[in-house]
Amino acid sequence: MEPFVRHRGKAAALPRQDVDTDQIIPKQFLRGLERTGLGASLFFDWRAQPGFELNDPATEGASILITGPNFGCGSSREHAVWALAEYGFRAIIAPSFADIFFANCCRNGVVPVQLGPALVDTLMQRAQRATVGGARRYEVVVDLAEQSVSDESGFVAPFAFDPYRRELLLRGLDEIDRTLLEEPRIAEYERLHQ
Amino acid sequence: MTARTLFDRIWDAHVVQELADDVALLYVDLHLVHEVTSPQAFAGLRAAGRSVRRPELTLATVDHNVPTGDRSLPVDDPVAARQLDALGANAREFGIELFDLASPNQGIVHVIAPELGATQPGMLIVCGDSHTSTHGAFGAFALGLGTSEVEHVLATQCLVLAKPRNLEAHFTGVRATGVSAKDLILALIGRIGTAGAVGHVIEYTGDAIRALTMEERMTVCNMSIEAGARAGMIAPDETTFDYLSGRPRAPVGGAWDRAVERWRALRTDPGARYDTRVTLDASSVAPQVTWGTHPGMVVDITGRVPNPADLPTDHERRAAARALEYMGLTPGTPLEGIPIDRVFVGSCTNARIEDLRAAASVVRGLHVAPRVRAMVVPGSQRVKREAEREGLDRVFREAGFEWRNAGCSMCLGMNADVLGVGERCAATSNRNFEGRQGRGGRTHLMSPTMAAAAAIAGQLVDVRAWRRAEVA
Ligand code: SF4
Repeated sequence: MEPFVRHRGKAAALPRQDVDTDQIIPKQFLRGLERTGLGASLFFDWRAQPGFELNDPATEGASILITGPNFGCGSSREHAVWALAEYGFRAIIAPSFADIFFANCCRNGVVPVQLGPALVDTLMQRAQRATVGGARRYEVVVDLAEQSVSDESGFVAPFAFDPYRRELLLRGLDEIDRTLLEEPRIAEYERLHQ
Repeated sequence: MTARTLFDRIWDAHVVQELADDVALLYVDLHLVHEVTSPQAFAGLRAAGRSVRRPELTLATVDHNVPTGDRSLPVDDPVAARQLDALGANAREFGIELFDLASPNQGIVHVIAPELGATQPGMLIVCGDSHTSTHGAFGAFALGLGTSEVEHVLATQCLVLAKPRNLEAHFTGVRATGVSAKDLILALIGRIGTAGAVGHVIEYTGDAIRALTMEERMTVCNMSIEAGARAGMIAPDETTFDYLSGRPRAPVGGAWDRAVERWRALRTDPGARYDTRVTLDASSVAPQVTWGTHPGMVVDITGRVPNPADLPTDHERRAAARALEYMGLTPGTPLEGIPIDRVFVGSCTNARIEDLRAAASVVRGLHVAPRVRAMVVPGSQRVKREAEREGLDRVFREAGFEWRNAGCSMCLGMNADVLGVGERCAATSNRNFEGRQGRGGRTHLMSPTMAAAAAIAGQLVDVRAWRRAEVA
């Protein structure tokens, strides 16, 4: 996994709530045997609709997604995160995330940042204002080491993050390797629970 | 020792090692695998030169994209066939038991493990599927995982998890006739919202829960994820033990007695604290029908399509307006009387034998409305055989339903069973997301009897009133 310490990137707004993983990547793309090739199908059905936020050319090249509460709800499909990552997103900022989706993000080097609804709204408005008509680039910095989100217009907000996951992300560690360090404990548990 | 909840007990019993504050390495007792979320996990193992640590605690089946038509024919969809073949090859290579299309035990993963007695109280059960919460009905901690976690469990038989909080959903009272377990859980989701239980494990308690059969408890726990919960669970009792006794994978003889003794201790201590508590009076719950594009957009069948303008926040107003546009519905329309095109009785929520019996009792001697196409997809081949033994297949066929082989089918439409654009479906499944049952398809979630009655009437009806009308 690619380490994530600090990322500065263009932000795109998706002002919707309860975005489920069926929308992020519809079922017809779950039929492969690989983790790759999904980026082009991100939000497949919504992309066919003219008003869809990410159809705005001004969002092209965005690597930070700012969105509404309960993002990633529904199906456990990790394909949703693979698609977001391949499309170019490295961080997602929302008031809340579905649990399985959150875990899936952390395992793929995509950082889910939870901020209060008012803070997310501020970022969302700034991103929307910047992208309308593609006037200018709105950039946000997600700093996992410092656990803060900031922009050039004075926005700074700290965020909480589970220290265990944070460490894996910061160092880009393989979680299986990390767990296998506990081998004696696992073997002991098995011996006691025969 | 401090008072503990059922969940605390199961959690404590599975901690291999504390890794950080509230983050633990947990030992997995049963790992269920299906064809869609596992290929990349097996590929990962292979690439790293790893093996499956406990293949004997791992069980695989094919369900998500299997055809539900004639099983004597080869799978005619090459893409689906490739995934089915891949699971077969992976199961052979890593020594995992597999129920493939030819197996009499094949079926939806959350239907087969309980019916085999592989799902047992106190276990930690995982599967690369969000509806793994179903197994919590037995007093197990059962949760869905992504594919990387599936790989992690295959390699280590362990799971890294931050401990979720406890939510008690307490159901008092007695359900009215015509109101099902599905209505209880839909009513709860309607109340607390689809994110209402994020970060929590729900324990369902109260008289109305105790009164449920095992299959009804599975329906309730199944949809815990639709409230955002990590898992749902119900403390085991005599109902649980009676259900498990004599099942193929349940313990026997002295081992059974010892197991039951252990299982009886799986409960929440008096005085144990839940982080959150919700109470719902089951006697006030009416049959539920969803009107929108997530399960929290739900009302009583006697209600009307809501007006987005009445909702409290801007986000909700926009979401509701978008949902109504997708669903092709106008605010204020009574739910009763909305015409439907399709009916789907199936899925891990409501395709067990009791569900099929309930649906059959409604359609017996009647016929599906002329424009409606209706299908029954049993949750497993075992359920199918039992239904056929009881003659339910004939009841459905004579009523004009298609009678299929087991699989997920139109719950997510990965096989040929899909809705067309704009088609409206009364479904017993668990998700009414946009495009879930087919691009542009419109799903209304409800109980098996409600879906069956809708098939006959050709429109959404209140099964309570409808039954009286039928009798009169
Ligand atoms: S029946 Fe539907 S919800 Fe259940 S496992 Fe299959 S696809 Fe998932």
